[in-house]
Order: sequence, then structure tokens, then C-alpha cells
Amino acid sequence: MNDIAFKQETFRDDYTYSNSVEAIKRFPFPFPEDNYMYSVNIEPHTKGAIGSVFEFDLDIDEHYVAECKDKLITLTQDPGRYAALPHMMDAQWDFLELVMESLSRDYPELFTLKKDGKRWTWTNRPLATQDSFVFGDASTLPMEPFKYIGLQTQGDFVLMDQRDGDLFADAGIITSQADWSLAFDVGMSFKQWHAPVPHAHEMGIFDRALKYLLHLQAGQPVRRLNWTMTVNPRLDTSPESYPQWGPDRNTVTLENIGGKLHLRVELQALFRLPRSNGIVFSIRCYLISLEEIATNPVWAKRMHRVLKGVHADLAEYKGLTKFRETAIEWLAKFDDGV
Amino acid sequence: MSQNAMNKIQVIVSAIHQVTPLVKQFVLTKADGGNLPTFSGGSHIVVSLNIHGRIHRNPYSLMSSPDALDSYQIGVRRQEQSRGGSVFMHDQVQVGTPLEVSYPVNLFALHRLARKHLLIAGGIGITPFLSQLHDLKRNGSPYELHYAYRAPEHAAFTQHIKTLAGDDAHFYAESRGQTLGLAGLLRAQPLGTHVYVCGPTGMVNAVTDIAQSLGWPPGNIHSEQFLAPPIGSPISLRLAQSELEITVPPEMSILEAMEAAGVDAPYLCRGGACGRCELEVLEHDGELLHYDHFLSDAEKYAGKKIMPCVSRAKCEKLVLNI
Repeated sequence: MNDIAFKQETFRDDYTYSNSVEAIKRFPFPFPEDNYMYSVNIEPHTKGAIGSVFEFDLDIDEHYVAECKDKLITLTQDPGRYAALPHMMDAQWDFLELVMESLSRDYPELFTLKKDGKRWTWTNRPLATQDSFVFGDASTLPMEPFKYIGLQTQGDFVLMDQRDGDLFADAGIITSQADWSLAFDVGMSFKQWHAPVPHAHEMGIFDRALKYLLHLQAGQPVRRLNWTMTVNPRLDTSPESYPQWGPDRNTVTLENIGGKLHLRVELQALFRLPRSNGIVFSIRCYLISLEEIATNPVWAKRMHRVLKGVHADLAEYKGLTKFRETAIEWLAKFDDGV
Repeated sequence: MSQNAMNKIQVIVSAIHQVTPLVKQFVLTKADGGNLPTFSGGSHIVVSLNIHGRIHRNPYSLMSSPDALDSYQIGVRRQEQSRGGSVFMHDQVQVGTPLEVSYPVNLFALHRLARKHLLIAGGIGITPFLSQLHDLKRNGSPYELHYAYRAPEHAAFTQHIKTLAGDDAHFYAESRGQTLGLAGLLRAQPLGTHVYVCGPTGMVNAVTDIAQSLGWPPGNIHSEQFLAPPIGSPISLRLAQSELEITVPPEMSILEAMEAAGVDAPYLCRGGACGRCELEVLEHDGELLHYDHFLSDAEKYAGKKIMPCVSRAKCEKLVLNI
């Protein structure tokens, strides 16, 4: 049963976002050891434990309704957060099918998909919407299919076209990004949009990752976790909205950091899109405050050690420099040194 | 469970049509009913055949419409001079035979930024274009199909192609002296055209060479050729990580011999095209015989990598890193 109690909360202005005890318990804490460095940490996106964020292809949690609302605000203020190049229409329908099929299968109490040939009816109970449309005919939906279903899903999505032995980010709906710009990156190749990442190139990480992804098979999605930290539980930390969130990084003190600083974990999953032979890159963001982390002594201790050990270049790239020392100081009380 | 084992679909042969004296069309439906997975034009599946206790895995292009998923259709040409996969399909497989197939994989995809698509088929090489025609029509993409065959009685699926492609399809029967003039055809194409060729080696090489000499960008020239593993001399093989010593018999590929020894080696197309089965060569004391279309000439010359699905070696000792 999907008895999720959706929270009413905000990811901006008064920032009322928080995690329930259950949400903390299932949080995808990303550190398997005390040291952190890049690796090609890709694994099969297979069904995980019941109740975990890996249970289904796409995870729906207590923040679903509030997150969809925040996504709509961001997209309305800045329509450039959605882009789709004209040759991506097959991939758009692929994506819509993937989302509708998996959500209606995995959360039948929340979502229903009825098919009568090409005439599909989609019911989304948490957002109280229902639409009938003809699969493959974009004029029967109120907006492009990728945007339509992207607005009803937690997380960001990039649709990649595979050609010339490379992957191109040719469509995206990006409203909860860790400081990168869709408008800047759209149309770029795999290595072009990863160019700013320090050290990973000389480690050969992107050569190997690209080779792996070009062979990604239908029915065998893969995933990895990535992380950074964000001041205030804000989804929209884009370059475009920097004036709204950048200055917050100067407001962190030893007194307020426990509630203000959040570990931001991205569950990144990649699915082959069968009709277009493209790939969808899904980036699902999970936020947890240091105080919430501290309810788990093992996590708090490890968080302290990871922040102490993280390479200066990586700390700079992830935007941790301004509050890293304060966070280490606050977390020190949870590390017994053993 | 291994990556390879997860990716299988159980199907039943629900119909067989003798299309020409040498070509049969097989209709495959899901064993437990329902729709088969969606695919894109140009995709193939790998069919597993149990021939006298040995598993053969042959790639075949899907020739059905990506919009009709109640069945997959493949066209198989009988190849007498081969290791027996196609002969088994023709002589042993019947309506009702259960088969195991892989999920569709596309190594011959249409390029979505092409201004125009030029499809050139020789003989049974027509099959991947049949599914591509559906994608081209759905997206309203400009294209021409040129289909050459030995004689009208060997021309498979021509009626079907005429129905689908109308005036965009052109046919050439060698026996009637109708020749496909490749140079003229390629020279007449507008900038931004992508050419796709599937057929006998001579045709694939001719299209590639002529297009290159006319100055086509390499990225605009696409070909697909699945190779059957050639028969060679036996190989004494050592697998460094698995700590296994095995002998590869003349009529088995290195990949098949490793699988028979219980090694879960990676693979996708098994025809030397995709590169998924690439292994590192740690040691050898003779000559590597590269038959694949994946490694560059420089990589083949360097001798550090091998595609065990089709390539072999002429040596006393070969050590692979698996």
C-alpha cells in the first residue's frame, strides 16, 4: 500500500521543508566509507529493499506534492528551465511512457493509466488531475509530453540523443539543479557538459562512463549517487537564480548551521529509451539537515570525516568552501575519533 | 544473477513464412502473452539456439513495425557454409518452438540530425531497413531506399516494401542487368545526407569507399554487418582472473568456449560490431586474428585488445584478462 502522507511545505522564502522520522530512515546516505573521491560508482538500478528509495524505478515520497508545486513556480518564473530540441519528440513520448507505466504499476493507489489503443487516460490523484490524449499526437496534450509528465514527477530529467558515438543533452526539465544551467548545456556532448568537473578527466572517468552508457540496454537501468551541500532546503539552486540563494551562504553560523545546512544527495538513474534509442538521465534530489543527520550517530560521525578529508578542489567545485570549517566544527561532537 | 542472464525474453514461434527459396520469416510472440518490449528501427535481437547441446547465439535484425509489439519478426537466410545456426532455424525450428531472445539492441540507428536518409540494402541486408521505414515515415523524414538482389525470385519482402515506401523505394535485380550505380547515387545526394548500408561485404566496402572518396564525413556513413565466428585452429587459452585453462576448439568462438567453461563474459551483438565483449590481451606468442568491425586498425595492430565473439589467434598461448 502507498499510504504516503504528503507534506505541505516550502522550498523557498520561509523554508518549511523538513523530513519525517520515516523519511530520515530511508534517506540515501551516500558515503560507504570515511573518505570520498570520485569513482565510476554505477550499479544496476535493480529493485531495492521495500520502503527504500531504490524500491521502484521512480521514487515518490512525502515531499511529492510540495516539490511539484515548487517545480511549477520555478518553471513559470523562468520558462528556460525546459528545453527540447525538435528531433527529441520520439524520446519525449518514450519518457512519458516510462513515467506513466512505472508510477501506475508501483503506486496504483496514487496513479492510474488506462489504455484504449492509442487513446490513453492518465489519472494523478495527489495532484488531482486527469487527462485523455492520443499517444504519439502532441496536439492532444496541453503542452509537450516531456514537460507535461515532467511537471508531475519529482526530480530533474535530461533526455540524451545517442549519435556519432556520443550522447547529447538535447532536452531537459531542470528546476532543482546543483548550480548548472540547462540553457547553457543544452545540445552539449557528454564530455562537454562534464568539462568543469575537477580531476575526473585525468582519471579517465568520463571515457569509461561514456563507453558504458553507450551500451546501456533496454530493461537494464543503472544508477549512482552524487552529493553536495546546500544552505537552506532549496531545490532551485541554479546559476539563473543565484541572486536569490547565493547570499544565504554568508548567513551560516555555528549556532544556526544544524538546521540551515543540508546534505543534498542526487539519486541519478539512467534508462534506455527504447523508441528513440536515447537515454533519460534522471536526477532526483534528497535534502537532509545536519540536525536530521545527527539523529543517526553513524552518519554524523562519517559526515564529519568526509568533510574533513574532501579534496580542496572538490570542495571548491561543490561550493562547500564558505561553510565547510563551520560544519566540521559543529559535527566534531559526534566523532569520538575511534 | 549475471547481467547477461537478466536480459532474456522467452518467446514462441507463432508463424513461419517461406519468403523466397532461401529466406524464411519467423514471427515470435511472448511465451506468457502480452506485448514485447518497444524498440527503435534498425534494432536486432540475439536468438539463442540449442544445437546438439551447444548454445548458438545469432543476431537477427527486427523487421517488424516498432508500433506493433504483439510480435517480433525476423528474416533468416539459409547459409549452408556456416556453423549451422541458420540451417537449424530453417530445418528444425517449427511453429510452436520455444526460443530465448535478448532485449532489442540498436547498433544501426537512424541519425536524428540527418537532412536525408539514403538506405542501401543488398539481399537479406534489407531486414533492418524494414523497421526503420516505420520510424522514417512516423517522423516525416526524407529518405530513399535502394534494394539490390541477385534475381527476382530471391527478392524478399518487395511487396511489403512497395506498400510501405511507394516511390521512395528502388529495386535492382542483377539477373535482369539492373545495376545499382553507387557512385552516381552517392554523388547526387544533398549535403547533410546520411547513408546506411547493410548487405554483403563487397557492397558495404564499396559504399564506404566511394562515399569517403567523394568527401562524405565518416560520421555520415553507417553500416551493419554481423559476422559469424570463423572456423580456425584450436587455441590454448588462459583466463587470468578466473584462473582457468581452456582449449578453444576450431568451430567454437573464444566467447563460446569461455561460456561453456562457465565464465560469465560480457557480450551484446556477438557479431563483432558493438564492442561490448572487448577483453584485454595480457600475453600471446603468435598472431591475433582480428575479424571484428569494432577495433580501429591501430588498436588491432597494437594487439592489446580482442573481441572474443568473432576474433581468434594463431598461437600456442593466449592469456586474457577476465
